[in-house]
Amino acid sequence: MSDKPKFAMYWAASCGGCEIAVLNTNEKILDVDANFDVVFWPVAMDAKYKDVEAMQDGSILLTLFNGGIRTDENEHIAKLLRQKSKILVAFGSCANEGCVPGLANLSDAREIVHTAFNTVSTDNPKQVYPMTSYDVPEGEICIPKILPTLKTLDQVVDVDYYMPGCPPESHQIAAVIDLVIQVLQGKAELPPKGSVIGAGNSTVCDECQRARNVKTITSFNRIFGQEIDPDLCLLEQGIPCNGVATRSGCNARCPTAGAQCIGCYGPAEGVVDYGARLVSAFASVIDAKEPDEIDRILDGIPDPAGQFYRFNLAGSLLRAGKSAWEKA
Amino acid sequence: MTYKFEPTIIGFTCNWCSYRAADLAGTARIKYPPNVRLVRLMCSGRLDPTFVFKALASGADGVIITGCHPGECHYLEQNYKALRRFQLMRRTLVGLGLEPGRVKLIWASAAEGARFASEINIFVEEIRALGPLHWGVPDDEEPSTVHSPLSEMEVPA
Ligand code: SF4
Ligand code: SF4
Ligand code: FES
Repeated sequence: MSDKPKFAMYWAASCGGCEIAVLNTNEKILDVDANFDVVFWPVAMDAKYKDVEAMQDGSILLTLFNGGIRTDENEHIAKLLRQKSKILVAFGSCANEGCVPGLANLSDAREIVHTAFNTVSTDNPKQVYPMTSYDVPEGEICIPKILPTLKTLDQVVDVDYYMPGCPPESHQIAAVIDLVIQVLQGKAELPPKGSVIGAGNSTVCDECQRARNVKTITSFNRIFGQEIDPDLCLLEQGIPCNGVATRSGCNARCPTAGAQCIGCYGPAEGVVDYGARLVSAFASVIDAKEPDEIDRILDGIPDPAGQFYRFNLAGSLLRAGKSAWEKA
Repeated sequence: MTYKFEPTIIGFTCNWCSYRAADLAGTARIKYPPNVRLVRLMCSGRLDPTFVFKALASGADGVIITGCHPGECHYLEQNYKALRRFQLMRRTLVGLGLEPGRVKLIWASAAEGARFASEINIFVEEIRALGPLHWGVPDDEEPSTVHSPLSEMEVPA
């Protein structure tokens, strides 16, 4: 056993992109190896839950936890890693605010299972559904149970730091790794508990280089099928760009590349509800006074819940659509 | 004893018109149901949709927003902004499964005490008809074990 500080990384309900983003830090990953003893990281090494269970409480210095809490297994590991870790970081949009897996909170759990196992795209003529437990001669076999809604990490356990992004930008991850190493060497101090790390304190608009004038929107359009001025603010051109409510940190990657910001860095500093902030912002720049005319313009945003909560539904004030929690 | 549902409604009123209308209703002793808790804003344009989401998330069964008549806002055009926010907010809430009738926007001038009271009456009855909302997160303690087929459900590919 080495006496280096211990590092863990875990994925709950996520896509694996956060892990790739960590590996995308290139040679920085060698610094992680040089400074830490990696004790648990399912995507990169073999370790069992019982190994973690056997560790002393608080013995892992740093755990990066990505993914939302979708199953009772996710929840169990979140609690276990909380107990074993000194610093628990909600890493990436899923752990922070639910992200795309959190959009499943628009449906109830049975509907989700049904969609996965019995729709046109799934060949399941005998209507076979997974059972969460099954008795065999050797004993009972269990698979994780799906929870009624997806929850964010801090809706389940206490979180020390929040690192947003879908996934977090590799240069931001590298900076955070550097910081932690400097803290280990006594050259820097950790930010206050509860801080957002690896991101800016302002908005994507603030980092965006596109020119801005007075916005008077008379129609919202999708980004294809029209000429887009490469230098002018996208929202001003009627493209629903979420930059105004989104936290900075990515160097305004999408608007720079010619696409609207869809909000992957989550709510900007001080934004209580991401969707509510965007409702406010978009409605303010519409140039119309008559209800019918306003409705015509708003028809250009055919799915407002998806537009405003693509990344943030589970972490929003309302957390889930009504059908997810309503007793059938 | 049978449980009688009494809607909890949050009302956001503009200081200059509709709050005065509510006041007038009071001084004129016009009765309206006590289901509405009024929150006074300086102008309907101050209405951040966050307030409405918070109210619904915290147990309100309905939310009513009131402002000065079009053209009469004391801050020029802010009530038009409130109108646009309201329309987009309602679309968003409907996308989250809320009945559109649970949020309402009305205009009322300072002289319209009686009308204000009657609008409140109407809204309370509309919410009563919709029933309790109790926006909630499902019981965490009970993970769903029902992985059973929902044969009646059509899910398009
Ligand atoms: S709305 Fe989008 S395009 Fe416009 S300034 Fe903000 S980030 Fe840039
Ligand atoms: S511009 Fe928006 S969607 Fe694109 S990377 Fe940045 S925060 Fe994410
Ligand atoms: S002052 Fe009444 S709506 Fe603006």
